[in-house]
Amino acid sequence: MSCIRARGLRKAFGSTIALDGVDLTVEAGRIVGLIGPNGAGKSTTLHAIVGLTACEGELEVLGRDPWAQRGSLMHDVCFIADVAVMPRWMRVGQALDFMAGVHPRFDRARAESFLARTTIRHASRIRDLSKGMVTQLHLALIMAVDVKLLVLDEPTLGLDILYRKQFYDTLLNDYFDGDRTILVSTHDVAEVEHILTDVVFLDRGRIVLDASMEEVQDRYLEVVVGPDRLAAARALRPLHERTLLGRSILLFDGVAREPLAALGEVRSPGLADVFVALMGGTQTAREAA
Amino acid sequence: MTRDPEPLSDAPAVAVPTWPAPLRTFYWLIRRELWEHRVLYIAPAAVAALGVIGTFIGSLHLSNAERAARLADPASTYDYMEPFGFVAGTVFLGGVVVSILYCLAALHGERRDRSILFWKSLPVSDLMTVLSKAAVPTLLMPVIVFTLVVVAHLAVAALTSLVWLANGFDPRLLWAELDLPFLWTVLAYGLTFMTLWHAPVFAWMLLVSAWARRVPFVWALAPLAAIAIVGRLAFGAGPTFSHLAGRLTGGFTGPFTVGSRGEAPVTSLADLDPARLFGQPGVWIGLLVAALFLFAAIRLRRSRSPI
Repeated sequence: MSCIRARGLRKAFGSTIALDGVDLTVEAGRIVGLIGPNGAGKSTTLHAIVGLTACEGELEVLGRDPWAQRGSLMHDVCFIADVAVMPRWMRVGQALDFMAGVHPRFDRARAESFLARTTIRHASRIRDLSKGMVTQLHLALIMAVDVKLLVLDEPTLGLDILYRKQFYDTLLNDYFDGDRTILVSTHDVAEVEHILTDVVFLDRGRIVLDASMEEVQDRYLEVVVGPDRLAAARALRPLHERTLLGRSILLFDGVAREPLAALGEVRSPGLADVFVALMGGTQTAREAA
Repeated sequence: MTRDPEPLSDAPAVAVPTWPAPLRTFYWLIRRELWEHRVLYIAPAAVAALGVIGTFIGSLHLSNAERAARLADPASTYDYMEPFGFVAGTVFLGGVVVSILYCLAALHGERRDRSILFWKSLPVSDLMTVLSKAAVPTLLMPVIVFTLVVVAHLAVAALTSLVWLANGFDPRLLWAELDLPFLWTVLAYGLTFMTLWHAPVFAWMLLVSAWARRVPFVWALAPLAAIAIVGRLAFGAGPTFSHLAGRLTGGFTGPFTVGSRGEAPVTSLADLDPARLFGQPGVWIGLLVAALFLFAAIRLRRSRSPI
């Protein structure tokens, strides 16, 4: 059974179409990055998956309908919306008590041991913690819950770079065990690139790319071409072209390595470059329309 | 990952593991409300404290002659009871005011500060959440009010006794007149009825709290005011107007046999009339309306996102 199975998800807010037929399958044990520009429909997708919003189409998460069965689904799913959602009036100790009280899968000792690595004290109120500390607290609570699926919606938004790096390192080192599934959305590709097994690009409510990282590596190649070979390179129909320090960098989709090697230095593009190549195209089309 | 064998916190692990899961969740949801809204018990407690202080000062400047005169006339024993009734009434009123403010904030605040996304990330259904919030004014508040009134009554009786002793006047006379168990029985009975009577008011406030994007207080009052104004002008001080006013302010004398206008004091247990309590259609209609409002609030909370 797939962890998440979505078919033809559609959602409109008034005349704005947030999701325009999203098909998505996430298998257990994957770390999937949901990447797209602001307003692409990332949050709406994640909210649908954790039962916060109803939408048209078929959606099954761990064998349940999230909208109809949110209460029971959340036994097996954890969700971090963004850093600002912990209740500000609550004390850290109360948050631990409450989690232990209502969540049957919460391991209090584990949360305490995560918190012991930080400077967060039990008596502190959440409103008195820094943004980074609130994220540490939320992560400590979430990582102490033994669930099958963790959904993260821009979890590091507004944090400084030290906390951002620490966030993903902790997640990978102390949480991910190969059985769990993580679905994380972000508009910052570089931040999550190194932890992902799969990547989904979303733009204006549609999926632009849905592939494993290996597939991305196999499919996309970048060639650095001098001016003399530019015309030959362009004949191979690059997906995207940019100029850097007087040389052209062309990104190809599904072109074999050998003919490209004859044109110049071939390398694997970063996920950010693939993202720009794919999204930049739609951006241009959008502006032209 | 290294696991610590012992929790680092010195806070004792709360031992309620044998409860069935829904009850356990409900218990923690109620505690959560008390953590967030400490005013729920602080404000009525402050009112009770003021009542004790006021009664104490009152007992100071009563002369022994007056004390004796009042005790001598059986018809005036009510005067001794009067401060006790007054304290109970003001604490109850304080409880109602805080309950209304609480209900208006309960489902609105969590959307305003976005914490609804945190609460909804936990395995707690909207049904359970809304019911726990409805239980605060209807189950918890009566218990808080009752407890505070009992404590205040004991404090008033003890302080008055001390004043009497200091003036060389036998406090046993007071205790012979004072029937606290009777007062508390009437109080428990009255609280039960008033809670049933006010249930649709609280449920309405919760519904508005779940619905309104801004100023739930105004949205809660506006339709009532509109109905009252139109009803008053269209039909005179007739059915709609008096019914709304009665729902908010009336009902105190409903379950007693002392007359509909409360002119006579309740003096014995015979004045308590449960048949009148449960025989009033208004009580049952109110509960039905409350259930509908709560159902709507649960549906709304399910689809509501932060504002």
